[in-house]
Amino acid sequence: MASKVVNDFSIIVGTVNGSGSSTANNTILRALFKMGIPVSGKNLFPSNIQGLPTWYTIRVSKDGFTARRDEQEIVVAMNPASFARDLASVVPGGAFFYADDIKQPVTRTDIAVYPMPVKQIVKSDPNIPSDYRDLVGNMVYVGVLAQMLGIDINTIQAALNFHFKGKQKPIAMNFNTVKAAAEWAKANLEKKDPFYVEPMNKTEGMIMADGNTAAAIGSIFGGIQFAAWYPITPASSLAESLNEYLPELRKREDGKHTYAVVQAEDELAAIGMAIGAGWSGLRSMTSTSGPGLSLMTEFAGLAYYTEIPIVVWDVQRIGPSTGLPTRTSQGDLTFVNFMGHGDTQQIILLPGNVNECFEFGWRAFDVAEHMQTPVFVLSDLDMGMNQWMSKPFEYPKTPMDRGKIIWEKDLEELKGNWGRYLDKDGDGIPYRTVPGNKSPLSAYFTRGTGHDEYAKYSEEAPVWHRNMERLKKKYETAKQYVPKPVLHSLKGATVGIIGFGSTEAAILEAQHQLAAEHNIKADFLRVRAVPFTKEVEAFIKQYDEVFIVEMDRDGQLNQLLTIEYPEYAMRLKSVAFGDGMPASAKWVREGILAKHGTVKPSAAKKAAKTAAAAKPRKEAKPKKVAAKTKPAGKTSKGKK
Amino acid sequence: MATTLPMAGTTAQINLAGLAKNDYRGAPTTLCQGCGHNSIANQIISALFEMNVVPENVVKFSGIGCSSKSPTYFLNRSFGFNGLHGRMPSVATGALFGDQFLKGIGVSGDGDSASIGMGQFKHIVRRNVNMVYIIENNGVYGLTKGQFSATAEVGLQLKKQGTNQYMPVDICMEALASNATFVARSFAGNPKQVKELLKAALSHNGLAVLDIVSPCVTFNNQTSAYHSYTWGKDHEEPLHDITYVAPRNEIILEEEMKAGEVREVTMHDGSVVILKNLDKDYDPTSRFEALRVMEEAERNNWLVTGLLYVDTDKPSLTEMYDLVDTPLNRLGDADLRPTPDMIDKVNALMF
Ligand SMILES: Cc1ncc(C[n+]2csc(CCOP(=O)(O)OP(=O)(O)O)c2C)c(N)n1
Ligand code: SF4
Ligand SMILES: [Mg+2]
Repeated sequence: MASKVVNDFSIIVGTVNGSGSSTANNTILRALFKMGIPVSGKNLFPSNIQGLPTWYTIRVSKDGFTARRDEQEIVVAMNPASFARDLASVVPGGAFFYADDIKQPVTRTDIAVYPMPVKQIVKSDPNIPSDYRDLVGNMVYVGVLAQMLGIDINTIQAALNFHFKGKQKPIAMNFNTVKAAAEWAKANLEKKDPFYVEPMNKTEGMIMADGNTAAAIGSIFGGIQFAAWYPITPASSLAESLNEYLPELRKREDGKHTYAVVQAEDELAAIGMAIGAGWSGLRSMTSTSGPGLSLMTEFAGLAYYTEIPIVVWDVQRIGPSTGLPTRTSQGDLTFVNFMGHGDTQQIILLPGNVNECFEFGWRAFDVAEHMQTPVFVLSDLDMGMNQWMSKPFEYPKTPMDRGKIIWEKDLEELKGNWGRYLDKDGDGIPYRTVPGNKSPLSAYFTRGTGHDEYAKYSEEAPVWHRNMERLKKKYETAKQYVPKPVLHSLKGATVGIIGFGSTEAAILEAQHQLAAEHNIKADFLRVRAVPFTKEVEAFIKQYDEVFIVEMDRDGQLNQLLTIEYPEYAMRLKSVAFGDGMPASAKWVREGILAKHGTVKPSAAKKAAKTAAAAKPRKEAKPKKVAAKTKPAGKTSKGKK
Repeated sequence: MATTLPMAGTTAQINLAGLAKNDYRGAPTTLCQGCGHNSIANQIISALFEMNVVPENVVKFSGIGCSSKSPTYFLNRSFGFNGLHGRMPSVATGALFGDQFLKGIGVSGDGDSASIGMGQFKHIVRRNVNMVYIIENNGVYGLTKGQFSATAEVGLQLKKQGTNQYMPVDICMEALASNATFVARSFAGNPKQVKELLKAALSHNGLAVLDIVSPCVTFNNQTSAYHSYTWGKDHEEPLHDITYVAPRNEIILEEEMKAGEVREVTMHDGSVVILKNLDKDYDPTSRFEALRVMEEAERNNWLVTGLLYVDTDKPSLTEMYDLVDTPLNRLGDADLRPTPDMIDKVNALMF
């Protein structure tokens, strides 16, 4: 047996969809987390309610790397249909656990093989009703893994206690099975693989949550007043979490409500309602995914042009069309950027982790109301639906920014000198009134047709042109107001990496591997908003090569950067890949290696010279921090 | 915003809200002369004036079409939102959550509501949003120059379009099928009835559907067409004369009432709609009767007009949500953002 491997491997569990394995998988994940070991869990599930094969993968990483890995050291096979595939997927030297009622040949000799008498263990407990046996059967692999890897049985109990919200009966039933399975393994299985877990203290002070829950709670702390939505994977749980947490977090003594959540008849209606509410002065949002977003397009253009604040969460899945509805992607970026016909420029926020899902949950309202425009927040299935370790949510440091909204008294002071689309402050952002304002001077007519500074209908060419130029100015103003990128720098870096969203973990790990194994030192800038802020240009300027890493086919972030910074287009290298799977460090690393050195540095230097107003490196670079390549709570952020 | 100047020749009568009729007007119409939509806009102005409605308490909505342009022709002092084609309902649904004490007035067309917007129309009906939903029904798409709409009758012949082959949609039937709480039909050529029905609709707590046949003089006004003036005038079959009586105005009621001939419907605000039956004791609180009368009219080629159905007991949408007494859009941080101690509770709820 090879030497011990502690807290550094991946587990994958193959089950049948709808067989109730998620309780078991989450229990393992949470137990490991409680042991202080950095973990991540990803549900790789099909678009199906019951019957198709599904997998759950857990990454255990003492170094704090939480990206999905392509290699699996420990495989648990509970599903006859995927048995052969699961068996083949174990890395040499790995371990294979399987339900022994699956009567299929185990042909490999380069791995440790452990049959588990699942049915027998469950049957031997008279307290388990027969119709619960299959469900509780999943707890057998929890118990066996606990015994064979060294998972602390108390942390399993804590996880079950959390999962069943303290309900004693199901906790006892499941926990007894775990214990029975662990005892059986202790008596009957001989350890033949090198994988162990041991307690650490690396998750102290952290929480575990999914991005959709975080976004919903963040929105509540942002003072959400109205949400309209239509069910769609992977966005549904965001709105459902609003329904779950709002009653508690916004409870009042009089029992009345300060918010409304409406399940609309479709996404068209959902965004229409959100726009109506935003127009009438509410903090308003909708949440959806690709197909719903497509339906929202006409309204997105209207809201841009009529300058109505709304927040749209897009929990991305892979498309076009229905695509792979339960698989992740970042492929909506360019679509959202231009969403609407004619000249539209939408503001996009790009949270990179669960903590930012919370933060952008409230911040998005501030940006939307401040800028009087829709704000799209792009999350994805991996971030939205999977459990991630996270720093605890932090209470917003600034009061709500309601933007330039004026009421009766303000109008009195202005003596009627007010126009809805008048750029009084020179920042492109006008002042607005909302229905319910009782001043006879307050009303105006909102229209998608051409309008002048006083909201009057106009087809005059200069009026149209003037208004569109002001909207452009407003977009420029937004650059000062959207979240700045986060820099993960490395001493002596010679190349740059730019990414966004849920790929952060994979890119951080790849950054580490490139330095350690290939002597390529890279700085990594995680972009958090479109329009790009000046830090993005400053970053690109510094390197001959900047790799743009993203989960889509066409390199959409690369496209937007190329449009924004044509003078640097030569040095941008697109590392884009989309197959529905969460990013792994391997594909980031290999993608970068494949493109590395494909442009002669001299050519890039030349291009840089011709670029206008090249700032000196020191000044242009965002605040640098000490070399760090490991995640887990030590990220450095650019100034907000 | 600029207020409308009094129009020459109008009497400067002041209503109980302290306003003159001019305070209810909008911009001059840009629709064709003689368009049925114009006459409806005028009745909206009269109804609101006579009901002493404060313009700031009304919000106007519309979709896209000639009809949907109308909200600019009345109530300059009210907020208005001219949205997307067929999507007025969703915008209105959201907007009226901003201040639940406001009344919505929506003007849409048959294309806007019965074609592209049929889905949203039926859903706003079943949600019972607190607004008057007017469909200015002319059987054509006016603004795009005379294509058939979904309410055009079979066999209608129009220039360039040929003959309509499809069965028409009956807006009142659709509304009833979607559990509307107020359904009425009228005819733009009968301004008195339009006005009285508007008043009843404005008093209704919830969504009031007003299907008003409103001839398009430019694209659909052949004498034989169902949506023309001539046909309308010849075939109109009022269910009953209606006199709307506002609570402050009961003297008129005394005069108009004749024992044995009236049925009263009490609106949510205590006001009363009186239905004067022509030839039968029509009960507008019966869905069954409403459907029967419409079916009968269809068979007899009648344009049955009047208040077809009303249910005053259903809560409106915002009532279902049991909102705070302050309009939502006047709430601030203290009401909306949970207190700092809640963040620890939330973090504890995560694992
Ligand atoms: C999405 C979309 N499709 C098509 C149009 C073009 N369009 C404008 S008005 C209209 C029809 C309006 O008909 P109706 O609602 O009956 O109003 P009317 O002009 O007859 O009063 C159409 C098709 C549009 N504005 N938006
Ligand atoms: S085209 Fe028809 S509907 Fe449009 S304004 Fe003229 S008459 Fe009215
Ligand atoms: Mg029409």
